[in-house]
Amino acid sequence: MRNLLREERFSIGTIIVNTLIIILISTGVIFSAVTALGLVRLPDVYTRTHAASKSSTLGVLCVLVGTFLHFLLVENVFNTQAIIAIVFLFITAPVGGHLIGRASYMSGIKVAEETVRDDMGIAIKKKKAEEK
Amino acid sequence: MMMFYWVSLIVVSIAFAGLLFRLVKGPTVADRVVALDAIGISLVSIVALLSLIIETEFFLEIILLLSILSFIGTVAFAKFIERGAIFDRDNNR
Repeated sequence: MRNLLREERFSIGTIIVNTLIIILISTGVIFSAVTALGLVRLPDVYTRTHAASKSSTLGVLCVLVGTFLHFLLVENVFNTQAIIAIVFLFITAPVGGHLIGRASYMSGIKVAEETVRDDMGIAIKKKKAEEK
Repeated sequence: MMMFYWVSLIVVSIAFAGLLFRLVKGPTVADRVVALDAIGISLVSIVALLSLIIETEFFLEIILLLSILSFIGTVAFAKFIERGAIFDRDNNR
């Protein structure tokens, strides 16, 4: 399969595989760029955590799936570590974002002035009132 | 195809520069930790694109290692921000 895809550069299989990889990788790259835009432009820590955890997870996931498909379909190598990395990143990146957001709220960093609702502050006040 | 990989690598590198800006400028420590987490994740996609350009599958091990290290660093920093200590001696909490 490897030699077949390499020699016939414009066969239908090559075109389908390349289109799939291009769609996946360009989606991932666009999401990575959106992550950087959000981290530079958004006003406070919590909104930045939102940008950094969601969109960067999806972006790196798309890039890694594209890489895995490239190695599977073009080079004919089934790489298990890529699958493990994809699953691990998909589980841990949102968890890390949540941990940072919670830690920064507990350490007393103020929310931005534009914020409309603060549910966490209400919940903490209620918990303290119950403890007293 | 190689041209496409190069262009995506350049775009991700520009995004990386934006994250570095937030890492240097960030007003609080939590901002810097968020930027560091995002830098670890975008470093993973840079390594993936580099392995596509050089056409070797050995870089994929680095991807796994980088994602694990980035997550452990994020958790340690979050605990440090919240309590001021990474290791607790008290086991009965």
